[in-house]
Amino acid sequence: MSDVVTTPPAAAPETAPESALTTRDMLLNMGPSHPAMHGVIRILASLDGEKVIHSDIEIGYLHRGFEKDSEVVGWGQVFPYTDRLNYVSPLINNVCYAMGVEKLLDLQTTERCQYIRVIISEISRITDHLTCIAASSMELGAMTGFIYLMKAREYLYELVEELTGARLTVSYVKVGGVKADLPDGWLERLEKALDLAVLEIKEVDRLLTRNRIFIDRVKDVGIISAEEAWSLGFTGPVLRSTGRARDLRKDEPYLVYDRLDFDVPVGAVGDNYDRYLVRMEEMHQSIRIIRQCIKQIPDGPVRVDLTGRPLSGAEMVDSAKMGMTADLLLRTVRPDPTLDGADRLHARRVNVNDKSVVLPPKEDTYSNIEGLMNHFMLIMEGEGLKPPPGEIYIANEAANGELGFYMVSDGSGRAYRVHCRPPCYYLMQGLDRMIEGGMIADVIATFGTINMIAGELDR
Amino acid sequence: MTDVTLTEHPALVRLRAQFGDAVLETHAHRGDHTAVVAPERYHDVMRFLHDDPECDYDFLTDLTAWDRLRMELAPRFEVVVHLYSTSRNDRLRIKTRPTDDEAPAVDSIVDIYRAANWPEREVWDMFGIRFHGHPNLKRILMYEEFVGHPLRKDYPVNKRQPLVEERPIPDDRPSTLFYT
Repeated sequence: MSDVVTTPPAAAPETAPESALTTRDMLLNMGPSHPAMHGVIRILASLDGEKVIHSDIEIGYLHRGFEKDSEVVGWGQVFPYTDRLNYVSPLINNVCYAMGVEKLLDLQTTERCQYIRVIISEISRITDHLTCIAASSMELGAMTGFIYLMKAREYLYELVEELTGARLTVSYVKVGGVKADLPDGWLERLEKALDLAVLEIKEVDRLLTRNRIFIDRVKDVGIISAEEAWSLGFTGPVLRSTGRARDLRKDEPYLVYDRLDFDVPVGAVGDNYDRYLVRMEEMHQSIRIIRQCIKQIPDGPVRVDLTGRPLSGAEMVDSAKMGMTADLLLRTVRPDPTLDGADRLHARRVNVNDKSVVLPPKEDTYSNIEGLMNHFMLIMEGEGLKPPPGEIYIANEAANGELGFYMVSDGSGRAYRVHCRPPCYYLMQGLDRMIEGGMIADVIATFGTINMIAGELDR
Repeated sequence: MTDVTLTEHPALVRLRAQFGDAVLETHAHRGDHTAVVAPERYHDVMRFLHDDPECDYDFLTDLTAWDRLRMELAPRFEVVVHLYSTSRNDRLRIKTRPTDDEAPAVDSIVDIYRAANWPEREVWDMFGIRFHGHPNLKRILMYEEFVGHPLRKDYPVNKRQPLVEERPIPDDRPSTLFYT
């Protein structure tokens, strides 16, 4: 073909017209309508063939306005908003926020309450991991795994529903305690549910962990080094998959975690497969924690007055009536079945004995004037919880990593500022480092193991 | 703020010895140790806390800000950084107050802590505090046409803004990524 060329070869690239053979990088929008992008995420990727060479992550506009909303309602009324931060593990968000307000108030919760909080946190961790593994395996085509894991989650959600009256909008934890004590026989049913969930998890373990197709899709994909993950602010299973064993439950124990025996699983290379394995093992560790809590949880009335003297439920009501409540107390009000465990003794067994903080048991609200007044004083605009002025930061090991709240109180009935430190905000910050250099199809696998929760990301 | 006591936290002692008057205030509330530093020395303080082997704050947990408008404190804004040290298993809060209320600005610390990248963008978006030297300071939660900064105390909680028309995506969009 050399005889056809008339121009010198060196000049050819400049003068040659753009032909079909010239290649250009392609700009591809993944999301927000992509089925794997969970709603609001847009990944603007420059592609060289199938390879991602650059990416720009936009986290979108969900506009929940959590932080602004928290400034216009009372401290206690923020709980419904925290439910919706990470909507697959709402109980952990509840616990963290309550612990923050308690730190502002300098309030110590009862031991039984702390055990209950550990149990529900670990249940949430399991449901969160189940959802994450289920969704990411489904996105890789393993629909069967999704079905099995959803079944396992269902066993636990039924328990959550029985305890809180809701599956997602739980609002179960309150400042100074929890909404209600555990219903009778709930712990036995929880043990059975865990047994059933373990069977499903094992089924998925058999299905995926050594599955050739699954391994080919996730192993050595989306690698991030421990140093880079640490410098980008990663926490939780994604950080631990790189081999760094940071876990707030071990490093800075809160609640009763220092009394419980469990291991922190870590990965080796920080790829998607490691993140999958870390989450699988963490579920078993959470089950181990719950089983220990069931054995250790103290029973009997642990409610004490401010001097440490045990106080019976009727005593406080009676003292306000100067002993004239004998027949009044015989009248009982049966609250709604979803408030099972809220009857006087139960509620007072777990909650802090401080009328300025804890809502009275529901049947007190319905049956006597003290309870009603107490209830209204806590609920009314501008009344209610009034932490002394100051600022605190509180952090919990949530399912995705460190969930933190920075709170500023000016001494009024409302928060002056509540800032949420969501774990996946920092994880998403590093997503571009994990997908660049990989194939476009691997974006889905990597994004799935980040376990991005939009409600937490865009506050 | 009341209910604060001066404390002898080792890092705070070192900070005061190193920076003297640039450490405006130190206090502890419910066990959280805090130092307020002058905005001119803010970047130096963060560099010191990161590099100094006795401080060794290697992890940026969180960066945010708050608007003190209704507290009638001057200056109006305060940038709040939460640090964590692995070697000492210790947390510390550093705060700085940009002096100009109209156009608040402080130095960016992304060159020290890469984790500060998105939080600083968020603070710019929500409070309108600029960060000098940030590699890509643009809005992150709101859209680019959004007017105002929603977490400021003078921004009404129920204010609405119209949706904007669809924007074309320029084909030669420059890469806005940041790598070190």
